[in-house]
Amino acid sequence: MTSLLQARGIEVRYGESEAVRGLSLAVGPGQIVTVLGPNGAGKTSLLKALMGALPCRGEIRFDGEPIHRLSLEERAEIGLSLVPEERALFGEMSVADNLELGGFLRRHEDARTRREAREEIYRLFPRLRERAGQLASTLSGGERQMLALGRALLARPRLLMLDEPSLGLAPRIVREILDAIAGLRDRGMSLLLVEQNARAALRIADYGYVIERGAVAMEGSAADLRDNPAVAATYLGGSAAG
Amino acid sequence: MNATIALILLQDGLTSGLIYGLLALSILLVFLVTRVLWVPAGDFLVLGALTLAVLRQGEVPGTVWILAGLAAVTAIVETWRAWRAGDWRGWPRLIALVVVPSAAAVLATLWLAPQNAPVPVAILLVLALVTPIGFLTYRLVFRPMVDQPTLTLMFVAVAVHYVLTGLGLTAFGSESFRSPPFLPGRLDVGFTRLSYQLLIVLAVSAALMAALGLFFGRTLWGKALRATAMQRFGARLVGIRTESMGALAFTIAALIGAVSGVLIGPMTALYYDSGFLVSLKGFVGTVMAGMASFPLSVLGALLVGLVETGASFYASPFKEAIVFGLLVPFLLWRSAVQIRTRGKGHE
Ligand SMILES: Nc1ncnc2c1ncn2[C@@H]1O[C@H](COP(=O)(O)OP(=O)(O)O)[C@@H](O)[C@H]1O
Ligand SMILES: [Mg+2]
Repeated sequence: MTSLLQARGIEVRYGESEAVRGLSLAVGPGQIVTVLGPNGAGKTSLLKALMGALPCRGEIRFDGEPIHRLSLEERAEIGLSLVPEERALFGEMSVADNLELGGFLRRHEDARTRREAREEIYRLFPRLRERAGQLASTLSGGERQMLALGRALLARPRLLMLDEPSLGLAPRIVREILDAIAGLRDRGMSLLLVEQNARAALRIADYGYVIERGAVAMEGSAADLRDNPAVAATYLGGSAAG
Repeated sequence: MNATIALILLQDGLTSGLIYGLLALSILLVFLVTRVLWVPAGDFLVLGALTLAVLRQGEVPGTVWILAGLAAVTAIVETWRAWRAGDWRGWPRLIALVVVPSAAAVLATLWLAPQNAPVPVAILLVLALVTPIGFLTYRLVFRPMVDQPTLTLMFVAVAVHYVLTGLGLTAFGSESFRSPPFLPGRLDVGFTRLSYQLLIVLAVSAALMAALGLFFGRTLWGKALRATAMQRFGARLVGIRTESMGALAFTIAALIGAVSGVLIGPMTALYYDSGFLVSLKGFVGTVMAGMASFPLSVLGALLVGLVETGASFYASPFKEAIVFGLLVPFLLWRSAVQIRTRGKGHE
C-alpha cells in the first residue's frame, strides 16, 4: 500500500538541542496512525515540522510528492491540516466566524456547499451550534477542542494531524472527541494522532509509533502495541481515561 | 470666550479630530496585522492632499512619477527575487498586481490632468495614485522583513518616512499647497452655522468608518485580516497567507491616508514634510486606546483634535506640547488599570 504521508529521517533542532532525531513514519490512506510518547519526547516538534511550521531536515512526501519546500500555507492548500496543542483559535471572534475562516481555502466554492459543510460540523458537534454566536475565548476546554477540530475539518483536508486532542479534557468529552475522529477515518480521511493518553489513542488507531527522546522506540499495529507488555507497563498503567 | 467662538472651536476640533481618527485607524490596522509602527501614515495624507491641489490647478502631479518609479523598481526586484529563488509560481500574478493598477492610474492622470478634470474625477485620480504606493511599500520593504523584531521594523518605517518626504520634496517642491474648498461657506442651522467642510469631513469619515466596520465584521477578507492580527499561527493554519494580509493592510492604510488627504486638503496649507506631525497625532489617539481598539482609537483622536484646537486658541505656543502631554495621564491611567487587572488575573 502506498502511503499518503511518508517522512524519512526527520530532524528538528532548537539551537544546540535536538528535539527530533532522524525519525521516520508513514500514514496510509484512510488510516489512523498514532504517535505516543512521554512529555518532551518531540511529538509536537514532529507535527509542526510536518506541517511546515518549524524548519527541519529530512524528506517529507505527501501523495508521493516532496513537500519540503512548501510553506505552511501551501501545505494547507494541498490538503494537510494541523490542530495544534494550543488550538490557536481566534479568541475574539465568534464560533461561527472561526468556522467560516476554517473554510477559507474553500472560499471559491459556492455559498450553498460551504453552508452545508458548516451544517455538517454542527451535526458532528451540536454543542457548537448552541454556542455559534459566542466568542471562542469563552468556550470550555472540550468545546474549544471541538471548535479547533471543526475549523480544521472545514478545509476538508486529506491528512489531519491532531496534537493531543484529549489534553485536559474530562473522560466523557475525550470519548466523544475520539469517536468523532474514528468516524472521520471511517469516511476515508487519514489521521495522524499524537497522544499521551495511549489507552484512548490505541482504542481507535490502526497503527502506532512510540517515540522517546526524538526517535522511534517501538512501532506496530495498534493491537500489537496494546498487547505489548513494555507498552502496557509504561503507557497503559494507571487510570488513563478512554 | 463666548458661545459663538466655543462652537466654532468645537467644529474645527471635530474636523481635525476626525481626520486624525482616520489616520489612527490606518496606524492600528497596519500595526495589528504586521507589527509595523506606521510612521508614514501622515506622508500618505500629505501625498493625497498635495496631489489633489496640483490636479485642481490642472497640472500633472509628481505623484505620477513616484508611483511609476516605485512600480518599476518593485517589478524588477520581485523578478530578481523569483529568479534567485528559482520559484516562479506566484510571479505572473504578483507582477500583474504591481504593474496594472499603477500603470492605469499613471496613464489616466497623464491623460486627464491637463484637461482640468472635474473635482470628483480628480479625487478618484488621487485615490488611484496614492493607494498602490501602500501596496508597493509593503512588497518592496516590509514583506521581506516579516521575521524582524518590532524595533527594527519601527526604524525601517522611519526610514520609509524620510524617503517619502524626500520624494515629496522632489515632486512638489518646498512651497505650500492648499486646495480650493469643495463647498465654501457655512450652513445656518439656527443656533449656529456649521461649515460645509465639517459636514463633508463628517459624512465622508462616517461613511469610511462604517464601510471599514462592515468589511471587518462581515466579509471573509475582513475577518481574515482580524484573524491574522489576533492569532497569526491559527490564521496560517487555515491557509491565510500572512503576506497577503500584510499587503491588504498596507493597501487599506494607504487608501485611508489618501482619503484623509483629500479631506484635509482645503483646510490647511500643507508642505511636503507636514506628514510627520499628523502621524504623531494619529499615534496619540491609538496609544491612548492601548494600541488595541479601533473605536477607542477614533475617540482618542477626536480628543486630540479638540484639545489641539482649544490649545491653539488659548496657548498656541504650547499647542503641540499640550497635545503630546495628553499621553502622560492616559498612559499612567492605563498602566494603573493594567496592574489592577493583572492582580485580578492571579485569582
Ligand atoms: N521553542 C523551543 N525552544 C527550545 N526547545 C524546545 C522548544 N520547544 C520544544 N523544545 C524542546 O524540544 C523537546 C521536544 O518538545 P516537544 O516537541 O514539545 O515534545 P512533546 O510534544 O512530545 O511534549 C523538549 O525537550 C523541549 O524542551
Ligand atoms: Mg506536545
